[in-house]
Amino acid sequence: MNLGQHRGGGVIAFSFIVALALQLVALPGWAETLRPDWLALVLIYWSMALPERVGVGIGWLTGLLLDVASGALLGQNALALAIVAYLVLQLHQRLRVFPLWQQSLSLLLLVALHLLLVLWIRGIIGLSIETWTYWLPAVSSLFAWPLVYAALRNLRRAYQVS
Amino acid sequence: MILAFVSVILMAVDHRQHYLEGVRSTISVLVYPLQYLVDLPISASSWIGENLSSRETLLEENTRLRMQQTLFKAQLQKFNAIEAENQRLRELLQSSKKVGEQVLIGELLAVDLEPFTRQIVINKGSRHGVYLGQPLIGADGVMGQIVHVGPLSAIAMLITDVNHAIPVQINRNGLRAIAVGTGEPDRLAIPYLPLSADIVEGDLLVSSGLGGHFPSDYPVAVVSQVDKDPTRPYAVISAVPTASLETSREVLLVWPAGQASDKQATSETSAPAPTNGADAP
Repeated sequence: MNLGQHRGGGVIAFSFIVALALQLVALPGWAETLRPDWLALVLIYWSMALPERVGVGIGWLTGLLLDVASGALLGQNALALAIVAYLVLQLHQRLRVFPLWQQSLSLLLLVALHLLLVLWIRGIIGLSIETWTYWLPAVSSLFAWPLVYAALRNLRRAYQVS
Repeated sequence: MILAFVSVILMAVDHRQHYLEGVRSTISVLVYPLQYLVDLPISASSWIGENLSSRETLLEENTRLRMQQTLFKAQLQKFNAIEAENQRLRELLQSSKKVGEQVLIGELLAVDLEPFTRQIVINKGSRHGVYLGQPLIGADGVMGQIVHVGPLSAIAMLITDVNHAIPVQINRNGLRAIAVGTGEPDRLAIPYLPLSADIVEGDLLVSSGLGGHFPSDYPVAVVSQVDKDPTRPYAVISAVPTASLETSREVLLVWPAGQASDKQATSETSAPAPTNGADAP
């Protein structure tokens, strides 16, 4: 990491750790299906705000951590999050100037893409899911986005992460 | 692009072979503190609950447990005699069935894993002698088996997972079958039994030990529904697991009788842990 120009790597790492923890916290059944896709949200924020620092590589690494932590097939979340990060890198200049509601909508699509990729991979290995509740995290992520966005922006400004 | 390629390779290899267990167990060390941290508030709250419970409840519980223990002890006296007798008879018959397994108590970490799978994290790993495919037993029956092992923690698949199947037999008549997980929290399916099979609601299914993974004669499930529809080739049978898969916090890791001695011979680190565990309860 190039420490000369960049600062606040700790803040970014911390936010990813918190997101991963939120992804793992045990919740009662109904809340579990509503759990927002925290890791994807944080990844999307940082690769939108700081595309030169956080991108496909970080997305892949955090996805791999999630795979191990959650006992999933090694590489399934890694691939899905890397692709999401790639799309955000392509679109970051447009995403930045969107008003918040428009941002949330494009976010819904990105999270849905993450879920879709994971669903495909699981379908290939014979672990397909048929209930529609599988898609609820995309909707709850839509509502969690303004929160995550405000929190991370304040964090970024307070610690002058650049 | 390269990363996408790498992940596809990773997935293919992980799905088909076991080469990547090393990688997985290394990364799991990194993730373990996080899992521990996530579990902390929940175990802390139950600890506080235990410590703040009133003297009265404690006394009540104490008397209840003492009564239960006397009861169990009385039963055990008989059991010891019967076991010895059984052993003698088996020696007479020269059958080499080994009894006596080693156990170690593991504790569940309250961590949510991949949605729509039935897996749990326990706080014992290869440093405690846990190995891949090891059976997991609860207070009331078989719970599952270990599918990933890290140095400090392990991930176990419950018997209700869609990918899980366990060889069983009916306790009443010894009919062999397979109990397959359905992905639902409290239902197992028993496929491939003909319509004429002698199985009724309420039958206890115990592990048969045929697959070589599970020790034999542990209760697995109770048959809850038998549907013998003559238009189908096989009977449609459901069973409810006897172990409280969703609520129990302690699990027993079992070293089957034959395997325990091999295990101790091959790795020194694993040797003390299981024996301690066997003494503890």
